[in-house]
Amino acid sequence: MKLTQKHQEYWRKNLRITGVLLAIWFIVTFVASFYARELNQVVVAGFPLGFYMAAQGSLVVYVLIIWFYARYMKRLDREYGVNEDED
Amino acid sequence: MARGWLRWFGPIRGGNGFVPQLRRYYLAYTLGFIAFVLALAGLEQLGMPPRWIGYAFLLFTILLYATIGILSRTSDVTEYYVAGRRVPALFNGMATGADWMSAASFIGLAGMLFLSGFQGLAYVMGWTGGYVLVALLLAPYLRKFGQYTIPDFLAARYGGTVPRLVGVSAAILASFVYVVAQIYGVGLITSRFVGLQFEIGVFVGLAGILVCSFLGGMRAVTWTQVAQYVVLIIAYLTPVCILGYKVSGSVVPPVAYGEAVQQVSRLEEKIFDLPAEKEARDLYRARADAIYERIVRLPDSLEEERARLTVKLNDLKANNALLRDIVAVEKARRELPHSPEEARVKWEAQMREAADRGAQPIRHAEAFPERPEMESHYARLNFLSLVFCLMVGTAALPHVLMRYYTTPTVREARESVFWSLFFILLLYIAAPAYAVFAKLEVFSNLINTPIIKLPSWVAAWGKVGLVHIEDINRDGLLQWAELSLNPDVIVLATPEIAGLPYVVSGLVAAGGLAAALSTADGLLLVITSALSHDVYYKIFRPQASTQWRLVVSKSLLLVVAICAATLAAQRPSTILYMVAWAFSIAGAAFFPALVMGIFWRRANRAGAVAGMVVGLTITLYYMVRVQFDSIPWLGLHGIAMDPWFGIDSTAAGVWGVPLGFITIVVVSLLTPPPPHATQNVVTRIRYPRLEREGF
Repeated sequence: MKLTQKHQEYWRKNLRITGVLLAIWFIVTFVASFYARELNQVVVAGFPLGFYMAAQGSLVVYVLIIWFYARYMKRLDREYGVNEDED
Repeated sequence: MARGWLRWFGPIRGGNGFVPQLRRYYLAYTLGFIAFVLALAGLEQLGMPPRWIGYAFLLFTILLYATIGILSRTSDVTEYYVAGRRVPALFNGMATGADWMSAASFIGLAGMLFLSGFQGLAYVMGWTGGYVLVALLLAPYLRKFGQYTIPDFLAARYGGTVPRLVGVSAAILASFVYVVAQIYGVGLITSRFVGLQFEIGVFVGLAGILVCSFLGGMRAVTWTQVAQYVVLIIAYLTPVCILGYKVSGSVVPPVAYGEAVQQVSRLEEKIFDLPAEKEARDLYRARADAIYERIVRLPDSLEEERARLTVKLNDLKANNALLRDIVAVEKARRELPHSPEEARVKWEAQMREAADRGAQPIRHAEAFPERPEMESHYARLNFLSLVFCLMVGTAALPHVLMRYYTTPTVREARESVFWSLFFILLLYIAAPAYAVFAKLEVFSNLINTPIIKLPSWVAAWGKVGLVHIEDINRDGLLQWAELSLNPDVIVLATPEIAGLPYVVSGLVAAGGLAAALSTADGLLLVITSALSHDVYYKIFRPQASTQWRLVVSKSLLLVVAICAATLAAQRPSTILYMVAWAFSIAGAAFFPALVMGIFWRRANRAGAVAGMVVGLTITLYYMVRVQFDSIPWLGLHGIAMDPWFGIDSTAAGVWGVPLGFITIVVVSLLTPPPPHATQNVVTRIRYPRLEREGF
């Protein structure tokens, strides 16, 4: 089937935002954990930073990533006319 | 209070006012539950015996779930498999939260964090970060695809029966391993709080699970899980807030406990280097060495040990020793292993335990302690690979992915992942705080106090065998090395540790039960829909009537549930391992095929099947060979191997997942591209709505 220019642009934008958010996810998860020992030297509000990131910090970032993605895609759907008809 | 919202669970109709109505009912339900807890607290003050409080909690909550299950019974296929696809994002999020958080999260997590400190945070990160992958890579596309099961997707995307069959096998394998652990948890809770025999507890819990999924499938499970989420989160946050307020005085304890972390570190600094503490550790190391000596000299050492105890017994008798000492030695002799093989297994376990206690203690907040340099390297490698496996497994476990088929639209599927993680976070952010508060309490009130003056909860849980104390250096004081706690005890005993009324203990038991039941429901549904929908309906009898399909599904549910309960009643000892294995299995089998199916149009059937089989095989192979030396019922012996790069069997998926991706790419490129129709399937799922869709 033939996709219009617009459809392809929608998919490209989707891929771009997915890539950017996955990069953030990767840094918060694996890079921060890899350097946890070094991060622990920094203390924020009583928490050693490495411990804080694994116990709370990264979790908050995860939920923000998902929130942002849902919001961004909702706008993108409307903009490119591929949103579902409901409400 | 109950009539209104109960009536609502009957026929559910869409249309205006659906969501506000839903909110009203669940708000009333939540307030009702809180009122129930407060009423029981009042009754306890008036002298209601604790035992009755336990009964009241378990009976009331199981009845509640059963009622919701019965009222939302259904015999409509779409209702049965995907709850009619009209579960709003917020409520689907709650249901996913309950579905997701199992007995392992509720009871086990805080305890494990207590024992292993930073290293345990791999579970916290892994079990939440996977939702990012679900949100970005899977949920919206699966919802757009909009069938009933995950094997449905594989079959439609790659074409043919083989992908479906491979998917079915992996879904059943991963879910079954996981469901046994849940039913085990149910047995544990009912036996401890109601005093039923463990095996009976397992089957009573099973009855609760069945009422719900048996009658109403996904629809009943969804509305029950929302109710279960409310119970489990109230039950989890109540004790942690009270304990946190007590030991740290912070206003929002689960979030602002940084000061408590510092206090724990300071106390560790002080306690771990005390002379008595070092002495106790030296004694444990000496014991480990002695046991090692004995293992090496098997089978002679077993005879010597028996002879030694006999001589000692005769000496004691000849010298008119205390009866108590004589009985102790007699018992030790009676309990000696009967054969050298048995002795080896038993002594190796004892040696490991002694060596663990003699080792340098874990500092709670310290990441990858660097004592022997290699050990720190392995700790980090295992941490990262376990996080990876748990995340990918989260994004591939069918019982989670299936939940995103139930939302009305693609947009709501995306939002629903947000709500899922939001509701899961409430518990996961509290768990590390739980561990820190419990540690602070133990450090400041237990360590270095006279053993005869320990608080009563130590003795109470000691009787159940979950707390163990040994005064190895005979100084009459309790050292950290001398205390051993079972991970399960932390959450279950916290109300007592904090000196709270029994009603809180009952609440925690009800919460743990809700966690175990809701997860078991979700998993059983996956297994039976794989069997009845994917195997029976799609492969064997496509002409089967709707009525008959549901009959098959329900009978299979019964059979599978009884199998799982029978296995759980055997008390398989490595339950925590089994949970982690389920994640590696699911991740290796599904993740590459699902993601490539959506993002790479060129992926074809040969590639996907090869990728799934290769990923699954390598993962199972690694797991089995690293974990077991022999599998008696298969006649395999001496199959153990050294782990590659020191990675544990729990993170076996770290090999299977990348290999799965590579295999899909290589095999797909070597074989012809998928047919035009299949490529159109891929195009279609990428857009929530596509004009000119009727091709």
